[in-house]
Amino acid sequence: MTADSHPSSCDAALTEQKVSREVVVANSQGLHARPADLLAREARKWQSRIELVAAAQRVDGKSILEVLTLAAEAGTRLVVEATGPDAREALEAIGSLFEHNFNEHTNSPES
Amino acid sequence: MKFSDFVAPDAIRSHVEAGTKEGVIREMAQALVDAGRIAAADMDGIVKAIMKREDLGSTGIGRGVAVPHTKHPSVNRLVGTVAVSPRGIDFESLDGEPVQLFFLLVSPPDRPGDHLRALENISRQLRDDSFCRLLKAAKGPVEIQQLLEEADSHGVVS
Repeated sequence: MTADSHPSSCDAALTEQKVSREVVVANSQGLHARPADLLAREARKWQSRIELVAAAQRVDGKSILEVLTLAAEAGTRLVVEATGPDAREALEAIGSLFEHNFNEHTNSPES
Repeated sequence: MKFSDFVAPDAIRSHVEAGTKEGVIREMAQALVDAGRIAAADMDGIVKAIMKREDLGSTGIGRGVAVPHTKHPSVNRLVGTVAVSPRGIDFESLDGEPVQLFFLLVSPPDRPGDHLRALENISRQLRDDSFCRLLKAAKGPVEIQQLLEEADSHGVVS
C-alpha cells in the first residue's frame, strides 16, 4: 500500500491521498452484473476517485458499465486505486467487498 | 466475444409491445422460442428465473439499457436477443431512468466465463453514445442487426 499526501488547493485540512491494494476476484461467477453493481455503488459513496486496474485496462470503479468491461473471471487479480480525501476509507470498503465475495456463496444458482 | 456469437437475429425485436418489466422479458423469451433458440416448454421456467434474478437487484445498468439474464440448464450454449421499447419501460434501473434497450441472455450453468464476456462486449460497445442512440431509434430488427454487425467489425477494441 502506498500513500502520498498533497495539500488540497481548496481546503488545507483535506489532503489528497492516493492508496492502492491488490484484490482477487474470488467468487466463482467472476465480476458479473450483481457484484459490479455493488462495487460501483460502494465506490460512489466516496469522494475519492476509485479506479480498477487489470493487466491492460484501467476503469472507473464508480461506473458499472466500466467495471463490466473488465470481464474479470474468478481468480483475476486487480489493483484498486483510490485517490482523494477519503481514499483510505474508500479502499478499505472496496477491499472488504472483495474479501467477502460480494456476499455470494460459491455455488450461487443466480447470476 | 461478438454480438453475433450470442444474439439470435430472428429473435431481435425493434418495437416491443409490453409496458412492464415482466412483459418485456416474456416477449423477448417468446421471440427466442419463435426463433427456435429455446424450447416452448422451457419458456416459463426461464422467465421465472430471470425475474428471480431481477429481484436480487435490477439489471437496468443505466443509460436506458438493461441486461436481464439467467442461467438455465436447457441451453448448451449462450443464447440471447435484443429488443427496443421506443417509449421506454420502468425497470427499476440503477439510475432510475426508463429502459429502451434490452439485451436478454440465457447461459448454460457451467459457463460463467461466456456470460462475463457477453456482458463485457455489451458494456464496452454501449460506452459509445451514438451506437446506443442509433439502436434505440432503429426502425426495424434488420437495422438493429446491421448496427450490431457494424459494432462487431468496426467497434472500438479496448
